[in-house]
Amino acid sequence: MVEWNFLAVFSDFDLLMIGLSNTLKVTALALLFGVPLGLVFAVMRLSTTRPLSMAAAFIIEFFRTTPPLVQLFWFFFALPILIDVRMTPFIAAIVTFSIQSSAFFAEIFRGGIQSIDKGQWEGAKAIGMNYRQSLQRVILPQAVKRMIPAFMERSIELLKTTTLVSTVAYADLMFQANDLAQKTFRPLEVYTVVAVMYFLLIFVFSQLSIAVERRLAQSGESTVR
Amino acid sequence: MSEIVQISDLHKSFGDLNVLKGIDLTVQSGETVVLLGSSGSGKSTLLRCVNFMEEPTQGSVSLHGELIGTEAGGKMQYRESELCALRTRIGMVFQHFNLFPHMTVEQNVMEGQVTVLKRSKSEAQSKAMTQLERVGLADKASEYPARLSGGQKQRVAIARALAMDPDVMLFDEVTSALDPELVGEVLKTMRQLADEGMTMLVVTHELGFAYHVANRVLFLHDGKILEEGKPQQVLKNPQTQRMREFLDGHSLFKLPD
Repeated sequence: MVEWNFLAVFSDFDLLMIGLSNTLKVTALALLFGVPLGLVFAVMRLSTTRPLSMAAAFIIEFFRTTPPLVQLFWFFFALPILIDVRMTPFIAAIVTFSIQSSAFFAEIFRGGIQSIDKGQWEGAKAIGMNYRQSLQRVILPQAVKRMIPAFMERSIELLKTTTLVSTVAYADLMFQANDLAQKTFRPLEVYTVVAVMYFLLIFVFSQLSIAVERRLAQSGESTVR
Repeated sequence: MSEIVQISDLHKSFGDLNVLKGIDLTVQSGETVVLLGSSGSGKSTLLRCVNFMEEPTQGSVSLHGELIGTEAGGKMQYRESELCALRTRIGMVFQHFNLFPHMTVEQNVMEGQVTVLKRSKSEAQSKAMTQLERVGLADKASEYPARLSGGQKQRVAIARALAMDPDVMLFDEVTSALDPELVGEVLKTMRQLADEGMTMLVVTHELGFAYHVANRVLFLHDGKILEEGKPQQVLKNPQTQRMREFLDGHSLFKLPD
């Protein structure tokens, strides 16, 4: 009979809390850099200038198809050999997940932008707007509304993928959990608690996204006409 | 009278398809010119070349005597900034309105003034109200386009274009997507503009509008101007077989007088 004993876990719970806050930090920073970078890649990919759109397509496809763990190891172990940078686990994590998620956000942006009727571009153009003004004032405000569900989905995916940073010894929730499990000889309790923590975090986030989706559905945006 | 728009030897092709095959057209200040023609005749393309929604393949367009674009190596080059500045002086209204659904009626009419012309919010707002009153929709200022009828949407689109203080207005089949019942209110607004002296270039299938409002009617066929003249002359006494067929097609199933 297995004996459950959470005492050891809870007496060192602050270790897990540090991990949780580091996980959130990596996720938040990856979003902070990844979303604008994704927009840049999307605009490049939609560009009629061939070299620009091909470069963007290559970057996007490359980061969408290679495993995130390989990317992380590449930035952490390989890049410092190529160029003279001091790579810390934290920087490697931010760089990897910013670029990796930007590739996915780029496709979400592209889908959103392309879903907007071309008449909207023409309406903006006809009053003298340039490309940037049209995108900023007319197209994106409508596109972003449609992107929100996919955006939320991807952010949750990102949060889960950040567990990989524990492999390069960044003290995220997963890393702290490994640490604690070895220290206390209580992997059962530690990993159970950690699973519940991830579950609660993501559950709250996805409930939030469902609520947002419902509100958007109610406000019933009818575009074009 | 002064020349507002001058088009000479305009050609436009999409790949192998030659849509415009040499158009010469001058629009005088205060004139209303109606372009007629069956679909595929190139009338919408011609209109869209005036404000460079389409770039002509050959030929030139001038506004107030200023040539648009610069010639380089036998071909015209157009910069985005030049075309954007040009479009602020040429208003355009579309078949499908193209109002911005995420903005109120008033914001739609203010948008170009604030973002492009850099007018202050308060100036843009008062100008927007003036133009909305002009098209009879001041009471809808705070509504979203989705709550308006087709005719109302089209009048807002007209107000949006007018708020830029254009030298000329282009109308591209603006009543074609409307319920027949709503066509009248839009045509009435356009007639009022013509009466107020606005220079207008109108693509339409409304022969009655052409007859009563136009100073001049052009009939396009196969990328060329086939007939041109006063509406009474062109519409009542057509010179070509093609024009007669076109007019017959429009008067099938007419109500008896």
